[in-house]
Amino acid sequence: MKLFRMLKRHIRDAFKSVFRNFSLSLASITCITITLIIVGISIIASFNLKNFTTEIEQDVTMVIFLDADVTESQISTLTENINKLENIDELKFKSKTTSKNEMMQESEFFKGTMSTWDEKDNPLKDSFQAKVKDIEKIESTAEQIRKMDKVAVVKYGEEMVDNLISAFTMVQKAAVIVVIALIVVTIFLIINTIKLTIFSRKREISIMRLVGASNTSIKVPFLIEGLILGFIGSIIPIIVIIYGYTALYNYLGGVLYSNLIKLLQPEPFVYLSSLIVLVIGMLVGMVGSARAVRKYLKV
Amino acid sequence: MDLIRINNVKKQYKNGVTAINNLNLSIKKGDFVFIIGGSGSGKSTLIKMLYREEKPTLGEIIVGGVNVAKLRNSKVYVLRRKLGIVFQDYRLLPKQNVYENVAFALETIGAKKEEIRRKTLKAIEMVGLKSKVHNYPDQLSGGEQQRVAIARAIVNNPKLLLCDEPTGNLDPERSKEIMEILDAINKEMGTTIIMATHDKDIVNKMKKRVVALKDGRLVKDIEKGGYCSEAI
Repeated sequence: MKLFRMLKRHIRDAFKSVFRNFSLSLASITCITITLIIVGISIIASFNLKNFTTEIEQDVTMVIFLDADVTESQISTLTENINKLENIDELKFKSKTTSKNEMMQESEFFKGTMSTWDEKDNPLKDSFQAKVKDIEKIESTAEQIRKMDKVAVVKYGEEMVDNLISAFTMVQKAAVIVVIALIVVTIFLIINTIKLTIFSRKREISIMRLVGASNTSIKVPFLIEGLILGFIGSIIPIIVIIYGYTALYNYLGGVLYSNLIKLLQPEPFVYLSSLIVLVIGMLVGMVGSARAVRKYLKV
Repeated sequence: MDLIRINNVKKQYKNGVTAINNLNLSIKKGDFVFIIGGSGSGKSTLIKMLYREEKPTLGEIIVGGVNVAKLRNSKVYVLRRKLGIVFQDYRLLPKQNVYENVAFALETIGAKKEEIRRKTLKAIEMVGLKSKVHNYPDQLSGGEQQRVAIARAIVNNPKLLLCDEPTGNLDPERSKEIMEILDAINKEMGTTIIMATHDKDIVNKMKKRVVALKDGRLVKDIEKGGYCSEAI
């Protein structure tokens, strides 16, 4: 009961002091708003980057050609064995007849020559097409398959894929580092602004202590105040994210430069980003206030 | 029964200044004690140690059975709730009105709304400011502001009221009013009052116990005394 009463009072006091110290509140809110916009943009950029790289990675297919003299039962053993490999996501069998038919459909020239082939003459090979779960392990998976009986060749465009993987891994890591660094900078910036505003209320805090307020009951209204500031400060960034990104997406037609780079669908992506920005704003506001007040409680 | 006992207390500040040296003092419940002395005699330091704004370097200070010298920073509020403090510069919250300033002391300890209202109005009435309940500190005179500060200090019925030069900024007429209020609090509520001052007239008129400090040492301790020249 007493706890509820105190909490109610703390929330009331927090709202009161946001408005009574309006110019200082405005300084904190502006600071939070500006930094959160930057954080929001970098979150959107890094999510899109991540999406784009994984999409390309998922397109990589491994092709496994089998020996010409492979039998039906050997094929089914192979299917079983390859599927047993941990890294295999999807495995499709393509018989040489299917390959032949596909090629014949592709061009008139092929059709002319290939139509004369019967089942025995077909020089094409039976094959599997495999997609892997983790592209970074594709090399060792390919190696395991190569060792299996009746496997002739395993191809996945080694040179290109290896380069792509290392480049993408680097870019993704860099993006994460940039976002984290930005968040850390934001926290420091906001903490300092709030410290500045709380400095002017040093006297208020010392009076609270003089009349017998416990450290917790001094801190809680400031925490709630920080939460409110963070909440108000993230309103504009959220509007910028939701409307700005949707507008950008529509303007660019969902792609960047070419059809190769697809942007993430605005929904529900913008809501997720907004939520992240809101949580960061409120947490940072709270942490900032807590750290700033702590200094004045050591008397 | 002693409310306060100070045993062999020494206070040396970080810059090397010794403010209090080897002080022994005991104060009974219900006493009214003046602490006098010139600037730098250690009066304020003594008051500050009593409400644990400063910690003594050596010795012990026992207030109401608690050794204040050993009190942890996070537990200071327990002591502060048992005493009221009045300063020369009033220390009111400028953005809160008279009622809110006084009620503040009760709100922080989580009292019920009804109780806050009753006690706050009673304390404001006791200092004679009933008509100015809704005024803000900057709309009040110095004497009135000090009376608000006194109301805030006594609203919680403390056993001990500490006053650090409460009349320092006031003219003799306002000072007299403040002293009348303090005397009434001491007599009617039985509150022990310790008041640091260098106002000769007040000390001579009140005829209370006088403790004189000089360079951090106790030089005189007289019952029903007046302002003594040694201290200056």
